[in-house]
Amino acid sequence: MSSFLRRSLDYVALALILLALVALFGSLSDRFLTAATFGSIANRIPTLAILATGMTLVLIIGGIDLSVGSVLALAGSLVGLLMVDYQWPLWSAVLATIAMGCAAGLINGAVTVGFKVPSFIVTLGMLEMARGGAYLLTDSKTKYLGTSVEGLARPLAGMLISPAFILALAVVLAGHVLLTRTVLGRKMIAVGTNESATRLAGIDPRPIKLLVFTMAGALAGLAAICHVARLGASDPNGGIGMELSAIAAAVIGGTSLSGGRGSAICTFLGVLIIATLEAGLAQVGATEPMKRLITGGVIVLAVIADGIRKRL
Amino acid sequence: MTPLLTVQALHKSFAVPVLKNFDFQLHAGEVHALVGGNGAGKSTFANILAGLLSADSGRITLDGKTHAPKHRRDAQANGITLMLQELHLLATLSIAENLFLHELPSRLGFVSKQCLREEARKALARVGLQFLDPDSEAGALGVGQQQLVVLAGALMQECKVIILDEPTAALTANETEVLFDHLRRWRAEGKGIIYISHRMEELREIADTVSVLRDGQRVMTKPMKESSTQELVNLMAGRELAVAAQSHPRPKGEVALRVTNLSTGSLVREVSFEVKRGEIFGLSGLVGAGRTETLRAIFGADARETGTIEIGAPLRIINIRQPANAVRAGIALVPEDRKQDGLLLPLGMRQNTLLASLKGWFASSQEASQAESLRNKLDVRCHSIEQPVETLSGGNQQKIVLARWLLRDAHILLLDEPTRGVDAAAKEAIYQLLRELADQGKALVVVSSEMQELMALCDRIAVMSAGRLVQTFNADEWTAEKLTEAAFSGHMK
Repeated sequence: MSSFLRRSLDYVALALILLALVALFGSLSDRFLTAATFGSIANRIPTLAILATGMTLVLIIGGIDLSVGSVLALAGSLVGLLMVDYQWPLWSAVLATIAMGCAAGLINGAVTVGFKVPSFIVTLGMLEMARGGAYLLTDSKTKYLGTSVEGLARPLAGMLISPAFILALAVVLAGHVLLTRTVLGRKMIAVGTNESATRLAGIDPRPIKLLVFTMAGALAGLAAICHVARLGASDPNGGIGMELSAIAAAVIGGTSLSGGRGSAICTFLGVLIIATLEAGLAQVGATEPMKRLITGGVIVLAVIADGIRKRL
Repeated sequence: MTPLLTVQALHKSFAVPVLKNFDFQLHAGEVHALVGGNGAGKSTFANILAGLLSADSGRITLDGKTHAPKHRRDAQANGITLMLQELHLLATLSIAENLFLHELPSRLGFVSKQCLREEARKALARVGLQFLDPDSEAGALGVGQQQLVVLAGALMQECKVIILDEPTAALTANETEVLFDHLRRWRAEGKGIIYISHRMEELREIADTVSVLRDGQRVMTKPMKESSTQELVNLMAGRELAVAAQSHPRPKGEVALRVTNLSTGSLVREVSFEVKRGEIFGLSGLVGAGRTETLRAIFGADARETGTIEIGAPLRIINIRQPANAVRAGIALVPEDRKQDGLLLPLGMRQNTLLASLKGWFASSQEASQAESLRNKLDVRCHSIEQPVETLSGGNQQKIVLARWLLRDAHILLLDEPTRGVDAAAKEAIYQLLRELADQGKALVVVSSEMQELMALCDRIAVMSAGRLVQTFNADEWTAEKLTEAAFSGHMK
């Protein structure tokens, strides 16, 4: 079977789950199949889609990044600080935010590679430190930015989707091209599949790992901007637990936690499944505890189904 | 006197026969040495006696009763205990817990510490370690003491036969003496001891009887005193080897690789050699002689302590700190364990072949056609170049590792056991390929544990023993006896 065909089958399987969910909620609620619902789903997605793409890259090299939710809050806090307290224009605040994300990711990667500490532990440390940094920057207060950033998250005239959504799609596509078409992507998959063999084939795994953790950090910074834009505010409590949603989306999309296997597009379909589930459950009137029970079950079921399908 | 242990017509195969019609006798109060080259069947025999492997056919009688253990505990219940080459202590548990791991004395599910401690003291006293605190961590002990603790655990059950497989490999001279004192005591107690080693001087000191194994058969048994080392070595090597000689002497070019004074820790000591363009240079020796480590150190896979590597014409020193430097300089390594260190198992031939030749930013559009052409050239049997290589046979997997370096056009190839676990047809194809590469002017270094393979393939063979390169032979000089003798020479006084 060609790799193209196998990839297409992955997409089709996930798209079928997504369609089944849409059909299910459509039959349960007569308000579900409306433009408003899809608009609201599209509006929720960008932050998670960008984070999950970064997570997929890290998982593929056999690592994990637990810090992305906190780095998102830290970077978001920086936007608030720069734009409210220092009156920076949007574009320079955005650049500074991405730079902040990069720095956090670079530290994750450098410690993981340099001291041979498992990335689980390094990024667990960063999860705490970045959150602490976010509280320090904002003095633990939410800063309201108002209209200056909200345009990013508002649907474009006459369309359902916002600039942030387009940005997220671009990130997913870039991730897809990186993994399927570039030499770096080939090397990332090789490192995640068998690091020893990759090293003995003359590829130094260290700069690759460093780069991937940095990319995940940069994407957390980018996600922070979408997050701030949607809320119209920078919230030091933002993004709590979002690293787990990102992992869930990647895993639903068939990414292997032991490295070497994953796809940006499948992860994006995983994000769509999670977002549809949340929106649908809200519409049929599920309570918050029920929502969490069901979402958790779906994550595990999706992974089991993926395993069964791969064995067929 | 009836023997304690009798083995008759034992057979065992793993794809190829390892023990063929093997017979053996061990008497009570005897230390019986087993010697033989790599793959002679010594360890397989020991593992069968100890219940770690089961024989295909044959009969074993212990003390008048049939001995057919299904696993290790059966063998121990029958009174046969094996001390393995590798240690099996859990470093973070206490000595006492390690000793009684399988049946911790307990009350209502809680470990009874007092009882555990007392029993452990008794067991330790049996191997002369009564001074150790049974509650201390096993990992804190030296290798020699760890080995004795393992032995203490094995001796807790009443035992008649003790098998030691290279017990002194990791021991210091003092620890070896301690072990030998125990062996002498057990001998006096009437136990039978099977002692596997290639250290001749130790055998002279401890063994009563020696048996030589070759190709899965026992070729001689004699009292140790009456056998000369030369005689043993000749028997181990065998005389009737059919060696397919080189069809023609290969024209040699200038020196392509020069290794000077290479050392890594204790495994490789001051190794120097040079290989010419168009030459196949063999590295022979016993398992553990430092051949794999030599290749890995040249390639930068392991750190070097001292040593310079020079390549090319004219020769220049290159600084290899990691494999990437070596690959850039045109050196390739085909590792010993292709699954662990060679292949991306879940991926197909395409990605595995391309791995060392990835260049630029975007993946080349030629990937598939390059992989396909190598697949045809090397006759790799797979459904497609995307079929996961883990589903392919050993021979096809090895061809894919070679294909990677053909694509990269490496001009110095370091090959570690290139035909291990490879079927006969693929073996022949690999030999053919290596000869072609040499004819094209590449320099090849081949490590192999099969002497016949090296003699059929190489232009020169160097022998390593105990970390040192002891002797180098030209094609008209070597014989299996000389190679074997050199391989053991590092272990003689």
